[in-house]
Amino acid sequence: MSEKKQRKPPTKKVPMREQEPVKRRKNFNEVALGYSEKEALAEAEKCMQCRNPKCVSGCPVEVPIREFIELIRERDYMAAAAKIKETNSLPAICGRVCPQETQCEHTCIYGTRNEPIAIGRLERFVADYAREHEEPLPPVTPKNGKRVAIVGSGPAGLTCAGDLVKMGYDVTILEAFHKPGGVLMYGIPEFRLPKAIVEAEVEFLRKMGVTISYDYVIGKTRTIHQLMKEDRYDAVFIGTGAGAPVFMKIPGENLVTVFSANEFLTRVNLMKAYKFPEYDTPVRIGDRVAVVGGGNVAMDAARTALRLGASEVHIVYRRSKDEMPARHEELVHAEEEGIRFDYLVNPVEVLGDDKGKAVGMACIRMELGEPDESGRKRPVPVPDSRFVMDVDMVVMAIGTASNPIVPTSTPGLELTKWGYIVADEQTGITSIPGVFAGGDIVTGSATVISAMGAGKRAARGIHEYLSAKAA
Amino acid sequence: MYEIKAKRVLNPSTKMLVLTAPDVTRVCRPGQFVMVRANETGERIPLTIADCDRKKGEITIVFQEVGKSTKLLGSLEVGQSVQDVVGPLGKPTEAEKKYGTVVVIGGGCGTAICYPVAKAFKEAGNYLITINGARTADLLIFRKEMEAISDEMYETTDDGTCGVHGFVTTVLGDLIQKGKKIDLVFAVGPVPMMKFVSKTTEPKKIPTVVSLNSLMVDATGMCGACRVTVGGQMRFTCVDGPDFDGHQVDYNELMGRLNAYRDQEVISDTRWSKEHGGSK
Ligand SMILES: Cc1cc2nc3c(=O)[nH]c(=O)nc-3n(C[C@H](O)[C@H](O)[C@H](O)COP(=O)(O)OP(=O)(O)OC[C@H]3O[C@@H](n4cnc5c(N)ncnc54)[C@H](O)[C@@H]3O)c2cc1C
Ligand SMILES: Cc1cc2nc3c(=O)[nH]c(=O)nc-3n(C[C@H](O)[C@H](O)[C@H](O)COP(=O)(O)OP(=O)(O)OC[C@H]3O[C@@H](n4cnc5c(N)ncnc54)[C@H](O)[C@@H]3O)c2cc1C
Ligand code: SF4
Ligand code: SF4
Ligand code: FES
Repeated sequence: MSEKKQRKPPTKKVPMREQEPVKRRKNFNEVALGYSEKEALAEAEKCMQCRNPKCVSGCPVEVPIREFIELIRERDYMAAAAKIKETNSLPAICGRVCPQETQCEHTCIYGTRNEPIAIGRLERFVADYAREHEEPLPPVTPKNGKRVAIVGSGPAGLTCAGDLVKMGYDVTILEAFHKPGGVLMYGIPEFRLPKAIVEAEVEFLRKMGVTISYDYVIGKTRTIHQLMKEDRYDAVFIGTGAGAPVFMKIPGENLVTVFSANEFLTRVNLMKAYKFPEYDTPVRIGDRVAVVGGGNVAMDAARTALRLGASEVHIVYRRSKDEMPARHEELVHAEEEGIRFDYLVNPVEVLGDDKGKAVGMACIRMELGEPDESGRKRPVPVPDSRFVMDVDMVVMAIGTASNPIVPTSTPGLELTKWGYIVADEQTGITSIPGVFAGGDIVTGSATVISAMGAGKRAARGIHEYLSAKAA
Repeated sequence: MYEIKAKRVLNPSTKMLVLTAPDVTRVCRPGQFVMVRANETGERIPLTIADCDRKKGEITIVFQEVGKSTKLLGSLEVGQSVQDVVGPLGKPTEAEKKYGTVVVIGGGCGTAICYPVAKAFKEAGNYLITINGARTADLLIFRKEMEAISDEMYETTDDGTCGVHGFVTTVLGDLIQKGKKIDLVFAVGPVPMMKFVSKTTEPKKIPTVVSLNSLMVDATGMCGACRVTVGGQMRFTCVDGPDFDGHQVDYNELMGRLNAYRDQEVISDTRWSKEHGGSK
């Protein structure tokens, strides 16, 4: 046994401290606690500072990963944060919710033999450090006198706004809700993404000069055409997300204790029903809860129900674990917290009592057949496999569809057959001159970072469009 | 923040507020509503736009104090502000159209809510009959306003203290019985009232529109809290309504869903009463 020949065993990421599962399943405090300076330095040291880094190609907003990690190694965390913010206005959020395992960390060269560099955790460390140490604002760009309206303050809208304000545009975000952030505020729970962090990142944009008008529903309060023609915006960006709930169309779905994940999570997150009765918005919680679906939304709804006092929470998913679209970390966290997973099961009916309350959910078992268009194996029903789950609350988390308010109030806006807006991949421009779109309202439900990528490309598209028009 | 410019107590449990909301007034039409959040910890509740002054940029809301959120709103005074007013939401009532004879029925607070719609029916050249019902005489509201626009007006009270002793359906049934040609019935009020109005008009197939009042959270079609079954289909009251064909609505399901938070509503209401020393 020659010592020389033996290769070093693959290294792992410096682990991140977390709240104990038994404790955290009873509170809404953040689960993952972040790196200390020492931990961040140890992780950053492992980065090979590749000549031709592959990590950055996995990031939809092209964060200069190698450079910011180098600045961490130099212990200049403030400069590292500024470096990230050159391309990403919301690093504290991305560090927490990006599915890094399929993005930057997936392509990291160090990761071919080891666990990849924990890019997301480092990004989070740097962004948190900067926020907690009063990071300076970037230099203000002189105004160019042109006005752009951004519809929706989700990650797509915020990114587009941030980039345009840096280019000197006068930017106003029009948001339907009373709080900014879109899904970051109403969908993703506090224990995964504290709302104070979302508000702080938005506040930073505001300080840079972005104006936000709340309670403003485009398509109702004002239409896209009115923004262009009457309010004289030079361009409009639509980033309204894919916020319409999808139901299964099975009997019993309108029972009182059946909710869409959107309703359940909005009550709890945006309206703070977890602090009822200090906050007025109530939420109902069952003793035995079934959440139908397998994505991040399902994980969030299940873990929220657990924290609100359900004694048993099941995730009911019609495919198997391998096909689950949720972020890996969320799946692991959910398992640790005691969420039960029923794979290859599909609901067919919710059973109710005479008060309209759910008393059970009839399901059938599934098996995997041939792959479908998405490349995932298609689940097919097992004959005669009907059984009843003993549950008293059901949350439907099977996806979202296009919200019709903007499309139906905007004549001339080209849509796909699913009702999503048709927009150019590179510039975001739609069928209406001066009107751009990006994020979930174009792609259907995707990720925070892909919505941000679209917002960024649209900002560039708007700049080119308005510069060409002026010339 | 949306400032309160005027306040009127219509009866002990029904209040009227005039709010500054210029963006809403620019485009609002009869039958639309706003979502109101009184303060930072408040819930979002839907309230119909009962009047709108485009020049001043003000809207009027009329509401019955039934629980914590409406009581909180009712406790605010002129000069104070509500945190959020969003709208106008929902589809306008198709009232700016000539049908012939239109009967507008308001139950309780519904009388104020249907006022702008009744006015629009009248202005479109319809023969307007209004029927306003309440439990007792003191609770009848908007009487002068309604009288001014009605070609015929009826009032009913459950206890007979004013007008016809009985329900709005008593009068409606009479009119139908007497062979009055009615082209459209529009009803706003408690769910059982809308249900019985629809039952009354069904045999003669008189087109009947009801304005539903499901629970709502966002009121932009995002959450599905407001879903109702109409003609066997799932519809969202906030974006597909609030008006629906009265003969197609599953009222029992709607009533069940309206009671979803009964326990929590009692907790909020009791806390409110305790803190404000008021009676329940
Ligand atoms: C529960 C949940 C968990 C998720 N977890 C993750 C995760 O861990 N990682 C990840 O990458 N992705 C996750 N996603 C997906 C991700 O959040 C979305 O893909 C992303 O937020 C889409 O961004 P967006 O800007 O396109 O739209 P949204 O975030 O949906 O924002 C749209 C905004 O527009 C506003 N709006 C809508 N209509 C109007 C109108 N007519 N007028 C004015 N404003 C309007 C809305 O109120 C909202 O604020 C999750 C989604 C959900 C629902
Ligand atoms: C489109 C629309 C327009 C509306 N317009 C008006 C209006 O102009 N004026 C007005 O007074 N009300 C209106 N409502 C009803 C109003 O929103 C509720 O009365 C209000 O939300 C009650 O809040 P709360 O906290 O005070 O009472 P809660 O504590 O929520 O409820 C107290 C009691 O009222 C019942 N209740 C709760 N919500 C409703 C509801 N939506 N409809 C009927 N009963 C309910 C409950 O079952 C309970 O018995 C409208 C509803 C909709 C959907
Ligand atoms: S923004 Fe997301 S994908 Fe890009 S580097 Fe950061 S964590 Fe990775
Ligand atoms: S590819 Fe990985 S190792 Fe190379 S620079 Fe990027 S993060 Fe560092
Ligand atoms: S209230 Fe949320 S969809 Fe209607």
